[in-house]
Amino acid sequence: MVLVKRLVLDVLKPHQPNVLEFSQTIAKAGGNYRVCITVLEVDENTETLQVVVEGNAIDFDAVQTGISDLGGSLHSIDEVEVQGEPQAG
Amino acid sequence: MNLLQQTRFLLRITRTHDIMRRYFVVNGFDGALTMLGLILGFLVSSATALSVIINVCLAAAIALGMSGVSSAYVSEVAERKRALGELEDAMITDLHDSAHGEAARGVPVLIALVNGFAPLAISLLILIPLIAANAGLALPVSPLYAAVAIALLLIFLLGVFLGSIAGVSWLRSGVQTLLVAILTAALIYLFAGY
Repeated sequence: MVLVKRLVLDVLKPHQPNVLEFSQTIAKAGGNYRVCITVLEVDENTETLQVVVEGNAIDFDAVQTGISDLGGSLHSIDEVEVQGEPQAG
Repeated sequence: MNLLQQTRFLLRITRTHDIMRRYFVVNGFDGALTMLGLILGFLVSSATALSVIINVCLAAAIALGMSGVSSAYVSEVAERKRALGELEDAMITDLHDSAHGEAARGVPVLIALVNGFAPLAISLLILIPLIAANAGLALPVSPLYAAVAIALLLIFLLGVFLGSIAGVSWLRSGVQTLLVAILTAALIYLFAGY
């Protein structure tokens, strides 16, 4: 089994909800996620973010759903860190 | 997220708190002044049965409520659709299933309900003395004058509310709206009082 430990995402989102609410929603997608967001660019209606998600086993689909539920759009996955776990038995 | 939190969230992301507040005050004021006008109209006219006065005022209150709901809904649906379209253009994505899409559908309903509820609720408060007297409750003053007093009080309170929003003197703001009501009453007595 391969566990996703860290993701760096490029995300475009509307100004509302703000970055704090956005990060909290992503963090809620998993039990122990640590989320760090950097605003890279601000336009008239949108913001470009670098979203770093760290956790023991990140559920990428849940993170992506959290982003799209708040009106965000995932542009690219810029970095990934995964860890293989030995099969039991 | 419970319903209240969800509602607050949708109002926040669409930044419609202030629109809803404005609708509440504007239409609430409409309701209060309309009831004041109707009751003063009955006061300057020949004696009319209380049940007739209640029916007329109640019908006007319901019409104000329906007008508030329908007009706000139609205009807010158009506004929210336009705002969502602009956001979708900027995002180059379909936001129908996002919180913004949900807000574009739900916020107009909420604003319409507030816009309809405000004049209806304020009108019903003003009608309490009439309804109470009609039900046989003995009032220390004439029910029509009591209703006028409640209308003036509510108009003053709407002014106080506006003053607290604007961060100016609540007394001054309350007196300003009260003066509008007094001017309305004077015009009614001037043109209808013969």
